[in-house]
Amino acid sequence: MRLEVSPNTRLALLATLALWVVAAFMLIGAGGNWDFVLPFRGAKLAAMLLVAYAIAVSSVLFQTITHNRILTPSIMGFDALYLLIQAVIIFSLGIDPLTETGNPNLRFAIEVVLMTGFACLLFRALFNGAAHSLHLMLLAGIVFGLLFRSLSSFVMRLIDPNEFMVLQDRMFASFNAIQTGLLWVAAIAIGLASLLAWRLRRQYDALTLGREIAVNLGIDYRRTVMLTLALIAVMVSVSTALVGPVTFFGLLVSNLAYVTAGSGKHRYLLPMAVLWGVVFLVGGQVLLERVLALNATVSVVIEFIGGLLFLFLITRKKT
Amino acid sequence: MAASGRAPRTISHAWLALPLLLTAALVALSVAIGAGDFSFAGLLAGAGSTDWQLLVVSRLPRTLALLLAGMSLAVAGLIMQMLVRNRFVEPSTAGTIEAATLGVLALALLAPDTPVFGKMLVAAAFAMAGTFLFLGLLRRIPLRSPYLVPLVGLILGGVIQAVTTFFAFRYDMLQTLHAWTVGDFSGVLRGRYELLWLGAVLAFAAWVAADRFTVAGMGQQFTTNLGLNYKRLTFYGLLIVSAISAVVVVTAGSIPFLGLIVPNVVSILFGDNMRRSVPWVALLGGLFVLACDIIGRLVVYPYEIPIGTVVGIIGGALFLFLLLRGRSREA
Repeated sequence: MRLEVSPNTRLALLATLALWVVAAFMLIGAGGNWDFVLPFRGAKLAAMLLVAYAIAVSSVLFQTITHNRILTPSIMGFDALYLLIQAVIIFSLGIDPLTETGNPNLRFAIEVVLMTGFACLLFRALFNGAAHSLHLMLLAGIVFGLLFRSLSSFVMRLIDPNEFMVLQDRMFASFNAIQTGLLWVAAIAIGLASLLAWRLRRQYDALTLGREIAVNLGIDYRRTVMLTLALIAVMVSVSTALVGPVTFFGLLVSNLAYVTAGSGKHRYLLPMAVLWGVVFLVGGQVLLERVLALNATVSVVIEFIGGLLFLFLITRKKT
Repeated sequence: MAASGRAPRTISHAWLALPLLLTAALVALSVAIGAGDFSFAGLLAGAGSTDWQLLVVSRLPRTLALLLAGMSLAVAGLIMQMLVRNRFVEPSTAGTIEAATLGVLALALLAPDTPVFGKMLVAAAFAMAGTFLFLGLLRRIPLRSPYLVPLVGLILGGVIQAVTTFFAFRYDMLQTLHAWTVGDFSGVLRGRYELLWLGAVLAFAAWVAADRFTVAGMGQQFTTNLGLNYKRLTFYGLLIVSAISAVVVVTAGSIPFLGLIVPNVVSILFGDNMRRSVPWVALLGGLFVLACDIIGRLVVYPYEIPIGTVVGIIGGALFLFLLLRGRSREA
């Protein structure tokens, strides 16, 4: 890209595109029934924005702390772990989180703590191994994901064989079956996490230079990494709770952001990734639902494109 | 090779009696468990008794299907590992199973009345295509880390699965698709599993040709030097693997990791001479599947957990163990 476009202009351009997409989602085919259409689509839009935001930010941060542009929380099996924790909680406490009984805040706290714990274990494994074991970590992550999924469907069967199919459906990513009741909790959790991430943005820039340089620059490496892992755990929990697991979405938007942001700074990278997330999710939904009149979940299409991108990335010479 | 074992021990085939006995015990157990009342004493009453009926129509077919599927899938995994020269490859980590499923779905949408044998042929053709796609991708990878190969296969499988899910969703077949993809033997009755014998025949053929596959595992040059046609050998090997995968997918759904775990365990125990290890792989494969099915049936008795889930858990855990064990040795 020889053309000199400042990162701010790039952001503005993409933001305009995202706005157009959002407007298209709200307006195309509404047919004048505003009283009905606006709240209905509004809730769906809000959920998609939250998910795009959570996945984009968590993926970029995860890649920053692992110094790698192929790893994302979902590829390492975090989504699947969240589902497993859900299943085990339902099984052991007998609380059905889908019907809002019990104490949702306490449950959310337990989930985040458990997920952060697992994240730290994986993270330690990542750093104890030599650089060549990236492929091993990826493979282990994907197998962890498969294992967690099998385990949670196993636990679901233990709960009640008759309700199994219903619950199984909930574990399948879909932007059509979003639980609007969760939106507020999700928005608040994400908001708090983002504030913290934004305050740390300069430290992330330093982290991209590598662990040694970051430490030399006076960054408390361990503390930053632990905090970030907790942030990621919150974001993954939120997005998975809203739509279920999507393996390659984070990979797609973060890598697009690296290519298009025109800067390595997180104050550009993070919003850029979020905007790409919005464009893909909302735009994909508009394209599939309204333009092509296809009855398919956009997540499946994203998995397809993301999977191809992943294959391209790992088979490139550099890795 | 990541996990090639210690110095191979020579072990006499007489030891096979041990897993054989164990298998016999599990067969008896598998026949005895179920929601309906059944006792071995009832069999003595003669061919007309209800116990006899239950045995012939339901219990025995299921047990046989489990054994046949386990044996042939494990052998298929072994062949694939030899040909691709990677310990972590098997039909479910190479896109083969997913491609076979796509084939079954395509047929269900386009020509739903196709007989079972035709279904199997189409599934096998798709499985073949998927496997060759995988091999083609592998050829493009410049640096082959042992972990990259199965990784590519898993993602390729995911991409193919996304295509399958897309069409299944579009034509309201998600639930049917789910029923196929999770390996489950609960619907196996007399007349609905016999295709699996074909898988067993193919596995047997692989045994007969075992020495050649061992040679092919040494690489193209070595094989050609010995006067064998490497390309044709590879083709036949993958044909057998694809056909076995297709047979199992059509009759029972996918059973993940089986072809990966069993050959690895056998290799750790007995080394890499394929002709020697095929009987072990087959027998332990059958044993493993039988045991997993019995577990799945007992945990929530009288309901049951599909075997695909049980094997997914046990196999996934064992796979991780193999992965991380291999690494600690490397380091």
